[in-house]
Amino acid sequence: MRDKILFSLAAIAAVILTWNIHTIFAAVPDELNQGPIFRIIYFHVPSNILALSGFGIGMMCSIVYLFTKNLKYDAIAEGVTEVSLVFATIGLITGSIWGRIIWGVWWAWDVRLTSFLVCWLIFAGYLMLRRAIEEPIQRARLSAVVSVFGTVDAYIVWKSIEWYRNQHPGPVLSIRNGGGMAPGMEAPLYWNLLALFCLSIILVMVRMRQESFAREIDSLRREAHSF
Amino acid sequence: MENRNVTFMIYGLVAAWLIVLGYVVLLALRERKLRKELDRVRHMVEGGKQS
Repeated sequence: MRDKILFSLAAIAAVILTWNIHTIFAAVPDELNQGPIFRIIYFHVPSNILALSGFGIGMMCSIVYLFTKNLKYDAIAEGVTEVSLVFATIGLITGSIWGRIIWGVWWAWDVRLTSFLVCWLIFAGYLMLRRAIEEPIQRARLSAVVSVFGTVDAYIVWKSIEWYRNQHPGPVLSIRNGGGMAPGMEAPLYWNLLALFCLSIILVMVRMRQESFAREIDSLRREAHSF
Repeated sequence: MENRNVTFMIYGLVAAWLIVLGYVVLLALRERKLRKELDRVRHMVEGGKQS
């Protein structure tokens, strides 16, 4: 059943991405001021949306773990956070490449970029912390605290383009009252978001399966030690 | 300028997919290692039960 879901999601993602890449390159015109480089937005924005919302979901699972003490929620939190960090890396790197052409620099220390870098470092630290602690209960409790702390920063990242005057552009999507994109240019972004969302679910499900293998190995080792 | 613009757009898109691909390869390697370890521990437990 799980494999069927994985293959279905992969098929949906592949179809949407193939069709959408054709739309982005063949149907959508160059942006007037930026030229072709603006197309990076079709991967940069969906990646960042998935990263920030993933960190939020990871935090919620961590909070549920703190209340229920069920390690299943801690495993979900880890899987979602790891995949979100991959998307955050895509967001940071694609943004930096876009900035090199539009701003003339690879990086600007404005609030949006700096808070996002801090967010990335916090969640990279979260994963390193998990590798460093052997005891599952202590690992789950401490990483839940880091997850809550990091998600506060993720919220600052999300709101920073409204709260502060940044070098980073303000909201452009109509769902955030940006209205900075023509309808024909905005729709492919949401399709890419859907495709990357399917991809992220696949990655989280694979990560969850690996967690169940790791738990089984742990329980078998305990059994072996009891002989 | 236009050529550089297109080149950097390609860099951006290639970078995005390389990161995804790198993570998928990492997951595949991790899964293979876990499956091997699981088989090893299962055999160890079965051997312990028989003795």
